[in-house]
Amino acid sequence: MISANLSAIFYLISGILFILALRGLSSPDTSRQGNYFGIAGMIIAIVVTFLSVGNFSTSLTYVIIFLLIGGLIGAFIAFRIPMTAMPELVAGFHSLVGLAAVFVAIAAFLNPEAFNLGVVGKIKLASLIEMSIGAAVGAITFSGSVIAFLKLRGIMSGSPITFSGQHFLNLMLGIGIFVLIYYLCISQSANIFWTVIMISFLVGILLIIPIGGADMPVVISMLNSYSGWAAAGIGFTLENTALIITGALVGSSGAILSYIMCKAMNRSFVSVILGGFGADSSSDKTKQSKDQKPVKSGNAEDAAFLMKNASSVIIVPGYGMAVAQAQHALREMVDKLKKNDIKVTYAIHPVAGRMPGHMNVLLAEANVPYDEVFELEDINNDFANSDVAFVIGANDVTNPVAKTDPKSPIFGMPVLDVEKCKSVLFVKRSLSPGYAGIDNELFYKDNTLMLFADAKKMTEDIVKNLD
Amino acid sequence: MEIDPFIFRLSIFILSIFIGYYVVWSVTPSLHTPLMSVTNAISSVIIVGAIIAALAGSSESIFGISSIFGFLAIVLAAINIFGGFLVTQRMLQMYKKKKDKKK
Repeated sequence: MISANLSAIFYLISGILFILALRGLSSPDTSRQGNYFGIAGMIIAIVVTFLSVGNFSTSLTYVIIFLLIGGLIGAFIAFRIPMTAMPELVAGFHSLVGLAAVFVAIAAFLNPEAFNLGVVGKIKLASLIEMSIGAAVGAITFSGSVIAFLKLRGIMSGSPITFSGQHFLNLMLGIGIFVLIYYLCISQSANIFWTVIMISFLVGILLIIPIGGADMPVVISMLNSYSGWAAAGIGFTLENTALIITGALVGSSGAILSYIMCKAMNRSFVSVILGGFGADSSSDKTKQSKDQKPVKSGNAEDAAFLMKNASSVIIVPGYGMAVAQAQHALREMVDKLKKNDIKVTYAIHPVAGRMPGHMNVLLAEANVPYDEVFELEDINNDFANSDVAFVIGANDVTNPVAKTDPKSPIFGMPVLDVEKCKSVLFVKRSLSPGYAGIDNELFYKDNTLMLFADAKKMTEDIVKNLD
Repeated sequence: MEIDPFIFRLSIFILSIFIGYYVVWSVTPSLHTPLMSVTNAISSVIIVGAIIAALAGSSESIFGISSIFGFLAIVLAAINIFGGFLVTQRMLQMYKKKKDKKK
């Protein structure tokens, strides 16, 4: 058994190691080292906890068994998961953190002596507030992440579910949670504690169902942030520095990512939370104009010809590439182009895909070197000097309407200046509008060639035609 | 007058938010997905609370009602810890620079 002061110092060390783990991610070179710091921090925290409790009875054996069961499941998932499923995986992991926070809060409520928080019915006031906040945020994280998971997995429709009075209901439930926590502090009643948790589960569900598929990057980041705040709440309850530091880090990390994602879509955080975006059965007007406007469409041969005669090509990947699993075929195509001394770069919009950095991971998986992949602001000026833009699975993020039409729902959103390229190749299955529910002007430009096909199949055909 | 230890924890908390703010802004956008998976893994340090709860049972009743919640939380957090760090590692392994020799 080690003293409380000594273990507090070790918890501080593990907190610092977690900071270094995030710091490492500032560049791919240092990132792997950063991950080891994180692992070291975790091992220190767990070992110190064992030592500080100092109970080496049979319970310990069971703790280790359960730890290993969880570890095996986690390791199995980590090795088996395809990179395209990363958004679901992260959402699923968030739900586990949330539920773990709820369970720890329940355990602390039922057995406060174990945590030095007083006795049942007489839990210290501050601890009671902290644990109910931790449990409430944890429960919201859990049920919200489950809904996000189901939507990302396609088990539940990605389109928003809205009903009248929804926001009012959420507001009432939110206020209700605070009122109940107040009464909980007065009465210490277990029933109120359970009710708080139940209502929080409900709030989590209600918060996420009205949010549409295109807003998923924000939702995942937001839930990431919530899981951090839940951990911090529990950290205050347990008076544990490692947990407080980590909770604050994760909470602010998720908040920053949400901010970046909102900014990349030019939408306010509030409007994302209120949801309903992309629900609209796109107005008939766009449908009519679609039939009238001429579209040039081509096949793999045309595309191969255009690219072979280009000197520079910019690839614009989007969610469609992930769905079609086209990243490997794409890389093969790029290799062929490079053999012909064509300069190829990749342009990534911050909200391409279903989570922050989604496209980068997929390209990395296909062995694309990360120094060929550029973010929006770094590459946007290059489109004007390039011969071909190859848009694969992206749509709204290339729509010039965002710059020209103040009435458009995506007006003001930063977009890739694809139309400035000499020619644009647009791989898409049909002319259907993207998630924003609006038509893409790019389809009808003179220098655009539409390639109607599945992204993977089309890319493979182009590869054949490049020989 | 003595300062309540809560204030110290609150200070740590608020300073950590600032640290998080500056550290996360310096994360390169291409690593945002690994950032999410690693933050996921580290927030599972909540397992320390689960371990304390699980070990609270006496040797006669290892599985009291509160320790059962502790054990369940251990499994959940452990899935996250192992899953989170390993999948991050797997992703980071894929980020490579251009190699001239290859091909």
